Amino acid sequence: MKVLLRIALVLAVMFSMTHVEAAETLNGAGATFPYPVYSAWAFDYNKITGVQLNYQSIGSGGGVRQITERTVHFGASDDPLKPEQLQKDRLLQFPAVIGGVVPVANLDGINPGQLKLDSDTLCKIFLGEIKTWDAAAVQKLNPGLKLPQGEITVVYRSDGSGTTAIFTHYLAEACPDWKNKVGEGKAVKFPIGIGGKGNEGVANYVKRTRNAVGYVEFAYAKQNKLDYAQLKNKAGNFVEPGFASFEDAAETGDFDAKKDFHLWLTNAPGKGSWPIAGATFILLAKEKTDTNKNVVKFFDWAFKNGDNKAKELVYVPLPKSLKEKIKAYWKANGLQ
Amino acid sequence: MAAISKKNPVDLIFSFVTAIASFSVIIFILGILYVLVSESSLAISRFGIIKFLTSTDWNPVTESFGALTNIYGTIVTTFLSLLIAIPVAIGIAIFVTEISPNFLKTPIGIAIELLAAIPSIIYGMWGLFTLSPIMSNYVEPFLKKITAGIPLVSVLFQGTPMGIDILTASIILSIMIIPFTASISRDSFNLTPAVVKESAYALGATKWEVVKNVVIPYSKLGVFGGIVLSLGRALGETMAVAFVLGNNHRITTSLLDAAATITVTLANEFAEADNDVYLSALFYLALVLFVMSFITLAIAKFFLLKAERKYSR
Repeated sequence: MKVLLRIALVLAVMFSMTHVEAAETLNGAGATFPYPVYSAWAFDYNKITGVQLNYQSIGSGGGVRQITERTVHFGASDDPLKPEQLQKDRLLQFPAVIGGVVPVANLDGINPGQLKLDSDTLCKIFLGEIKTWDAAAVQKLNPGLKLPQGEITVVYRSDGSGTTAIFTHYLAEACPDWKNKVGEGKAVKFPIGIGGKGNEGVANYVKRTRNAVGYVEFAYAKQNKLDYAQLKNKAGNFVEPGFASFEDAAETGDFDAKKDFHLWLTNAPGKGSWPIAGATFILLAKEKTDTNKNVVKFFDWAFKNGDNKAKELVYVPLPKSLKEKIKAYWKANGLQ
Repeated sequence: MAAISKKNPVDLIFSFVTAIASFSVIIFILGILYVLVSESSLAISRFGIIKFLTSTDWNPVTESFGALTNIYGTIVTTFLSLLIAIPVAIGIAIFVTEISPNFLKTPIGIAIELLAAIPSIIYGMWGLFTLSPIMSNYVEPFLKKITAGIPLVSVLFQGTPMGIDILTASIILSIMIIPFTASISRDSFNLTPAVVKESAYALGATKWEVVKNVVIPYSKLGVFGGIVLSLGRALGETMAVAFVLGNNHRITTSLLDAAATITVTLANEFAEADNDVYLSALFYLALVLFVMSFITLAIAKFFLLKAERKYSR
């Protein structure tokens, strides 16, 4: 009997120790778009604090579902939840990092950044109303360029994605026709074209198909040397996608802590703002104060030390003013 | 009872264990069916059965879902891939068993089994990066050219050759299912008694006649079983197809158009389905595939049994 007792004691001690270790792991799940930067931050954070961050990039919808069911410590979504929904599911929300979606094309003899488009032509191209690049509407925006004649092939994301949500939100906001005929969401019924799986799928199809047009996150446009387009923003200027224009959008975007930062960064009012920018968000379960504090500790560290890493990976760090707002939000909810 | 009690206890335990193993299969199937039905109940009540099966609308924004485009894509890719795979697979089996010199038999056999061992995601990546450029640059323009002007056939090759379409997906699928039919056909060809073949040769039959009149009739059932196995695999294949099919929820007549299959839709949209009806509609699709596979396999089994009976008479 004594032996058995001893074994039980040893086992109990062992279990309690693994339990302590388990508390040092943070589990998150959600959007695929910020996965590279979260994992890079987690790697550095682990070296300093020993805390493990385990992030599964299963998609924004999956992230929302998992945190709603309380199976992870935090969820992540590119698609901000409305304050009412957060209230209903007892969730907190704050942005973590910013990126931009870029229209890309495959045009002979035209360099990246040369093509100019506005929301109206982009919308008509994706609706199938503008069928060739040399159509009058496109040519008018590009007086100096010799645009090819061939038929445009539209490429979209075949899998549901936050990228599609941001892109279709932009189109729906800028173009009533799009809103009525297609609408917005992580997966929509595109009227024409073919679907590529993931950003890499879309980039690959566009790269290979002459006269194709698609939309990808900026990093993919750059890596694949695709012809990304300049876009006319709300202020009426043509802007090139890049850090400066994404940052401008982030700074002019009116993130409001009272609305749990619910905001789409599309069609930002700034003079140099890229019109299809988007923040990706972190979701926390309101009642789990203890684990939330650990999650907040991680993001607090990342906001202080992670900006360069984010830039390296072609993400835009949050502007300083926004970081301060988020800190105040954490304090108000008793997480810091 | 008396008969059982006389048995050795080890035998009793043995039969008990095997019985559990067999019943567990039935329990698993029923469990899957239960989950599919209960999860899709919301979509079933919203869209009904007939409407869901006949509607071509798949629109997450308006929460309006119909399965027909997915069913169409599944059936067309499966049918085409079988059309390509069966002759090739039987050709391989005949070559290996009847024609090839001995030193070639093992390498070809191993190659076939390796083909079955490659994970489907690898087929998908290979299809996207290697096969689909070849298809769009060479094969599909050629097919378009030679079929141009032929009524009905030219309809199949309309549109821009993109390499991301039903034809490419079917070819990849056919490569994936060849090993199943080929190795089972080979095994059943090998079962043809040598005496029967030798008698045919003694009567002056040529190799072709022996294969056609002796080997194939003798192993018909085995070959058919191999085809059924391939059919099941083709119906359910997901990743390889997801990369080269384009997830296009429309019904098109051209083989050069993108399409969607049930499994590809599930894989692409499951993670991001964020409202209850959408999720439920995806489960409903899975249920449709489950029933479809069940029906096709049941039909195949029916013919198999009928043939078996005819044969044993």
